[in-house]
Amino acid sequence: MNRNGNTYTFIYASVMVIIVAAILSFTAMSLKPLQKRNIEVEKKKNILTSININASTAEAEKIYDQTITNSYVVNSKGELVEGNAFTIDLKKEHAKALDERIMPVFEANLGEQGTKYVIPLRGTGLWGPIWGYVALNSDLNTIFGATFDHQGETPGLGAEIVTPAFQEVFKGKELFDNNGKFVSLVVAKAGEVAPAQHKVDAISGGTITSKGLQQMLYDDLSGYVEFFNKKKTE
Amino acid sequence: MSDKETLFSKKNLKLITDPLGSQNPITVQVLGICSALAVTAQMKPAFVMTISVMAVLALSNVIISLLRNSIPNRIRIIVQLVIVASLVILVDQVLKAFVYDVSKQLSVFVGLIITNCIIMGRLEAFALGNKPWPAFLDGIGNAAGYGIILIIVAFFRELLGSGSIWGYQVIPEGFYNFGYANNGLMVLSPMALITVGIIIWVQRTKNRQLIEEK
Repeated sequence: MNRNGNTYTFIYASVMVIIVAAILSFTAMSLKPLQKRNIEVEKKKNILTSININASTAEAEKIYDQTITNSYVVNSKGELVEGNAFTIDLKKEHAKALDERIMPVFEANLGEQGTKYVIPLRGTGLWGPIWGYVALNSDLNTIFGATFDHQGETPGLGAEIVTPAFQEVFKGKELFDNNGKFVSLVVAKAGEVAPAQHKVDAISGGTITSKGLQQMLYDDLSGYVEFFNKKKTE
Repeated sequence: MSDKETLFSKKNLKLITDPLGSQNPITVQVLGICSALAVTAQMKPAFVMTISVMAVLALSNVIISLLRNSIPNRIRIIVQLVIVASLVILVDQVLKAFVYDVSKQLSVFVGLIITNCIIMGRLEAFALGNKPWPAFLDGIGNAAGYGIILIIVAFFRELLGSGSIWGYQVIPEGFYNFGYANNGLMVLSPMALITVGIIIWVQRTKNRQLIEEK
């Protein structure tokens, strides 16, 4: 057959595409369960990190089952609604209007340290999504721990939000001011003024990521304000 | 066969050693610069990137070399692209399934292997005209030559930019108390270019044959 002819070229291209597509879809399908599990374990690990438990990948599931004693879904009015807290896709929820949104809450029982409430967050950094978990003390005001992660922030700059050094300073910060008004946190650049209990330092050179993180905290936590208020009066 | 040669004959070994020095893809052929800037702020991603590029380059070289007599000339670039792209997706999927932590670190960079000029360059220049085994060695050699520069650049950028090596803090806390500060400029890509430039300078001072005649 003429190697330079159109027919040969067409047949060659078609056969190649079919073979490649078959190999790729086969791999994708056979690796899917493993990948899905990795993501689940990762999520459990993140939730544990937010309540200051460093679990290895192997142990994460076991510790998670022991510590996270309850999880449920609330709406912006603070009412309990149907749903599985663990499988909620925040990205989809964010596309909805606030009063249609459903939001997950995880309750962790840390024995002597009491009950902690873990809230998942999702927002935008400089290059892509950032996300994280914030754990609140039982006063639903003071932050017990926080963890953040990102998809593709600049290494050494925005990507520093994953470092313990950055996450450590969130501990003990407060979401509500003295009058009980929700103010969230300010991730402040040098010279930016904010009350100490609401302020954490931004990352130099990572301003857009830092401000994205501040926005994420405000946007996602503000949806829970009604729930917090209801829970406090219980 | 009269032209049969051993697997590691001198000629074959040269395929591995040349790209490390006098034929280095980054410092001599100036290919693959873009990713050398992107992944060298820290050593770990630079290293995993090297391994991934090695896997993709060696495999695609072998596959193209096996197919070299059947590929229609007019669509050979497309064929190469499809094979490289599929291999990159495979690497990405495998990383996600078995070493999830590493794949998270590399994130977008794995996908960027497709755009690495070294890969297409080697396919065009070598794999299309050589047998699978030399093509395999050529792939390993060029990826190693690429990787060694990546790791050298990442070493200096991480040391001077973040004060750490492989994620571990090496510059003692005391230095900072005396007013030493990490050089934030090292973390940004222009310094990668300058570091590569310095490596090229040093290499050409040692090996004068590389200097172009005017």
